[in-house]
Amino acid sequence: MAKYTLKRLGMALITLLVIASLTFLLMNSVPGSPWLSEKSPSQVTIDALNEKYGMDKPVIVQLGKYLENVVQGDMGVSLNMQKNRPVVDIILEMFPVSASIGFIAIIWATLVGVTLGCLAAYNRGTWVDSLLRVVCTLGISMPTFVIASLLLLTFAGANEALRFFPTIFDASLGAKAYVLPCLALGLYPMCYTARQTRSSMLDALGQDYITTARAKGLRSPAIIFKHALRNALIPVITYLGPQIAFVFCGGFVTEQVFSIPGLGRYFIQSILNRDYPVIMGTTIFLAAFIILMNFLVDVLYKVVDPRIRFEGGGK
Amino acid sequence: MSNTEDKKLLEIKDLKVSFFTPAGEVKAVGGISYDLGYGEVMGIVGESGSGKSVEAYSIMGLLQSPGKVIGGSISFEGEDVLSYDKNQMIDFRGNKVAMIFQNPMTCLNPVYTIGNQLIEALRAHNKEISAHDASKRAMEMLELVGINNLEKRMKQYPHEFSGGMRQRVMIAMGLICSPKLLIADEPTTALDVTIQAQILEIMKDIQKKTGMGIIFITHNFGVVAEICDKVSVMYAGRIVEQGKVDDIYYKPAHPYTIGLLRSMPRVDAEEYERLIPIDGTPVDMCCPPEGCLFAPRCEKCMQICFKKVPPYAELGDGHRSACWLRVQEQMSGKEEQDNG
Repeated sequence: MAKYTLKRLGMALITLLVIASLTFLLMNSVPGSPWLSEKSPSQVTIDALNEKYGMDKPVIVQLGKYLENVVQGDMGVSLNMQKNRPVVDIILEMFPVSASIGFIAIIWATLVGVTLGCLAAYNRGTWVDSLLRVVCTLGISMPTFVIASLLLLTFAGANEALRFFPTIFDASLGAKAYVLPCLALGLYPMCYTARQTRSSMLDALGQDYITTARAKGLRSPAIIFKHALRNALIPVITYLGPQIAFVFCGGFVTEQVFSIPGLGRYFIQSILNRDYPVIMGTTIFLAAFIILMNFLVDVLYKVVDPRIRFEGGGK
Repeated sequence: MSNTEDKKLLEIKDLKVSFFTPAGEVKAVGGISYDLGYGEVMGIVGESGSGKSVEAYSIMGLLQSPGKVIGGSISFEGEDVLSYDKNQMIDFRGNKVAMIFQNPMTCLNPVYTIGNQLIEALRAHNKEISAHDASKRAMEMLELVGINNLEKRMKQYPHEFSGGMRQRVMIAMGLICSPKLLIADEPTTALDVTIQAQILEIMKDIQKKTGMGIIFITHNFGVVAEICDKVSVMYAGRIVEQGKVDDIYYKPAHPYTIGLLRSMPRVDAEEYERLIPIDGTPVDMCCPPEGCLFAPRCEKCMQICFKKVPPYAELGDGHRSACWLRVQEQMSGKEEQDNG
């Protein structure tokens, strides 16, 4: 396990290095600069600013310097959005907001998705199955911004009777503020999980060990929840990694629609403003986060399926 | 003593099982009857698709839709199994009758330990037993089927066992509640020959110790000779011949049985003797022909064979054969007796 973790850590560092370098080069090749706004400063000012922030040097030198700083824990300061505030500070302020919404969304999506998937598999071919199929197909094919806008229109719109929730995210309102964003964000992963669970559950229910379990005289709940579900969860977990990534990246749209002061929304704004250190910081942070989540999912695999071994090959 | 001898362990009368597929009704089992006494071992022999497994699954109530028992009766110790409700069926399965399957590689749940699955089988029918006692009983069963290193083995997962070892575990799991009947659905088919012999040895051994009845489903006559007291030969969902093992081997009375025996390698064969296969293919059970279902492949078939289903000709000592040849022989024999 320790050896495996080390190996994964090494691969993660290489991945991060590649992502950081690519982003840096790409960002610099896009036209525009952090100093341009409605009132363009004079060329002299721009040159002075460039020199101050080390942006007068060749890109490759800048990249080297940046990476050196990052290794030392310094991600630079914001250039224009929150002038001279350390990027690390900004991330630490914004991320908890995104993470709490993402976390709630993925939890409800997984719980409800797995339950509905089991329900559909158990009632295969009946109206329950058909209804769930329609709902899930809708949930998967509707873009997040449509769902988010629909939710807003319905539960925070003109209709007084239905206006339960605030239009604009306000953390001080507590749970009320979280309901719509978490619903909107979790719907796609929920539907996806439900479909995935349904098919892997049907697969598991057709396996020989289910016949064995029935021949042993076990009751249906034991057969479904003990024998079938655990096996059915293995493919579901495979999708959990990318789904967590989706919830945190797809959060961009949700955060925009609900005006949530989260990292995703800030990330987009930083790109529009060419706030180079913020772009770099959020990119590296999100990449590292996704890598970590994928690692945790792989560990979860091992918990569910004893056939998986981390070391020395094996099945 | 006499009481148990009178009462049969299992009596099947005219059992009919059909699968209702979109293409029509497939009569997988078309009316079979047999009985099994306490401690008897019966072999059911037949080729793939002859309805052997379907028949076994219906005894256990394990038939899945679209399969359905459409007629006949199954009685176990005098109780009508087909009329059992859900709870009675659950109590029946695994407790009074256990079943082991063809493919030990896929029959154990890969994500639970052997110990867990064994104890689960026991606890399904014995709720009061303590964890410690259950685990002890599970280890006893593993020992009985010849597995060593019990403490360690109990904590291992199925993928850490070989095919032969897994089949041993399956047997241990089947027998953990001391059932009176074990249905073995081709338990040795997926194993290589040396392991087959070991598994048969274990089953024979345990059968002697526990005195349980066994229904041994196989397509291998050699295996039948090893373990069974009597044999039913199935073809296209019907039992074509039934009798004691020796009768079937030395006095086969149905052309299908004769064909099966001829197509099997023998130790006492002449050096260059070839095996003789049975020509043709099994009938399509979707639209079976009239008369004897084996007639199209039978080298001795007569006109009547295509018209009427042959009744059983009783050949004595429980040996019977559903073939017009035997029926006619008997009839002419009777006439001769009458004349003489």
